Amino acid sequence: MNWVNAVIQGMLLGGQYALIACGLSLAFGVMRIVNLAHGDLAVCGAYLGLVLSSVLGVPVWVTLPLLLPAAFVAGAALQVLLFGRALRHGVLAPVLVTFGLSVMIENLLQVAATSDPRGLNGGALTLASFHITAGITVSWLFLTAFLTACAVLSCLQVLLSRTSWGRKVRATADDLDTARLVGIRVRPVFATVAGIAVATAALAGVFIGTIGTFDPQAGTNTLIFAFEAVVIGGIGSLWGTLVGGVALGVTQVVVGEVNQAYAVLAVHLLFLAVLTIRPGGLFTSHQAAAEVRARGVPG
Amino acid sequence: MSEDGRPPGAPLLEIAGLDVFYGDFQALFGVSMSVPRGGATALVGANGAGKTTLLRTIAGAQPPACGFVRYDGADITAAPPHRRIARGIAVVPEGRRLFPSLTVQENIQVGAVAAASGAWPLERIYDAFPMIARRRGQRAFTLSGGEQQAVAIARALAAGPSLLLLDEISLGLAPLVVEDLYGTLAGLRSAGATLVIVEQDLRRAMDACDHLVCLLEGRVALAAPVADVSRDQVIAAYFGEGRP
Repeated sequence: MNWVNAVIQGMLLGGQYALIACGLSLAFGVMRIVNLAHGDLAVCGAYLGLVLSSVLGVPVWVTLPLLLPAAFVAGAALQVLLFGRALRHGVLAPVLVTFGLSVMIENLLQVAATSDPRGLNGGALTLASFHITAGITVSWLFLTAFLTACAVLSCLQVLLSRTSWGRKVRATADDLDTARLVGIRVRPVFATVAGIAVATAALAGVFIGTIGTFDPQAGTNTLIFAFEAVVIGGIGSLWGTLVGGVALGVTQVVVGEVNQAYAVLAVHLLFLAVLTIRPGGLFTSHQAAAEVRARGVPG
Repeated sequence: MSEDGRPPGAPLLEIAGLDVFYGDFQALFGVSMSVPRGGATALVGANGAGKTTLLRTIAGAQPPACGFVRYDGADITAAPPHRRIARGIAVVPEGRRLFPSLTVQENIQVGAVAAASGAWPLERIYDAFPMIARRRGQRAFTLSGGEQQAVAIARALAAGPSLLLLDEISLGLAPLVVEDLYGTLAGLRSAGATLVIVEQDLRRAMDACDHLVCLLEGRVALAAPVADVSRDQVIAAYFGEGRP
């Protein structure tokens, strides 16, 4: 029964990893930018939630209607003012710019909020749980995080596949130059994608801060897990990101059941194994491969 | 089209003194040409002569270092591609460049994002290209080369162009398929569209067009009505023969 419990808990944990990772995946898929500050932006979301919920005296969930639009605007602004400019200067510039942003955010948070670990007020949800069977107890908070991840991924999938905005995003991700040539205004597309990426990161940050604690340095670790989830799932595949996150979570909890000391190491080894055996990730389908072949055809 | 009192003979597109660079490499040297309204202009020249660069400059993808592009009486030299499309300039890029992760229909819909007022609705496009109507739900890269080229043209038509720029649409296609595509172009012309066609096949270019511009190493080597030049003259201009 312990093992079943470990797998269930691992899957729920994986939902959190997927939630933080989907923005990273989206931004990379569309703008070809690996945002090294993604984890720090999630932590910023957690701090913003802390400030808002303390000032307003409400559980952090109540502040989401303020927090998420603010995060969206911040993401769009970062894209227009910073990332967009960096992207015009080759592949190295965005790496340096987002790395610099990451260092800046961590140090500014250190100054503004000290390095004390903080937690968010999640209200009654924080401690509520229910039993499936005698040995398996599921936290409502973990379940909410998992279901939120699924909901966010579903919404993104529908937006991308059914709307005119989604068509523009996919066309831009396929071929930036041709997207411009057929009249797509790329800057608003990029800005909205970055806004959504940062908003989902902030939402993930709120869950991280409610489930555990966070401090100014927490972003780096968050980024590593998110990055691994994206790579395991296959870059550009949203559902792959969920599977990647779940694979990480299950590995972490199941190995932790054997020996807690090896739990995180096992996660990184899984990442290395996938990278070695299937460098494209688990969900780079034959379709994606066919697309690559199609682009390779001359003429 | 000339409702605001411009002389009826005024060209639809006028280009003068265009210099275009890729970094340090200069691709076009003082290129001037004019495209009469309602006609078809063939743009010929050897590989690397600057044909694609010239089309991209007209479409707004390549900013010129100097010179101007005037369309329908307005200076559009600095206008971004989406503004030009809204004015009625659409391009079928070299190599088709369909979006591989989009379906045929989505590719066509994307062509309409900045559409001009005369945009073609989907039904009209499918009427004109019955072979791609059947494949509207398939991803573009699963189609044959000819079908893909038809989708690329349909994507441009979705923008409702008055000036359609076509870059090497016959490349890699079977002669019968090319015949079909040129039949479609003739239909577009009789519907009032102005065409600029980049074509490797000189005979086909001279058959399909009434005006011809030959580029040689980034410069205009010959510009004349097709009726006024012989094939040998064009070939001489094409290879730069008889130059000092």
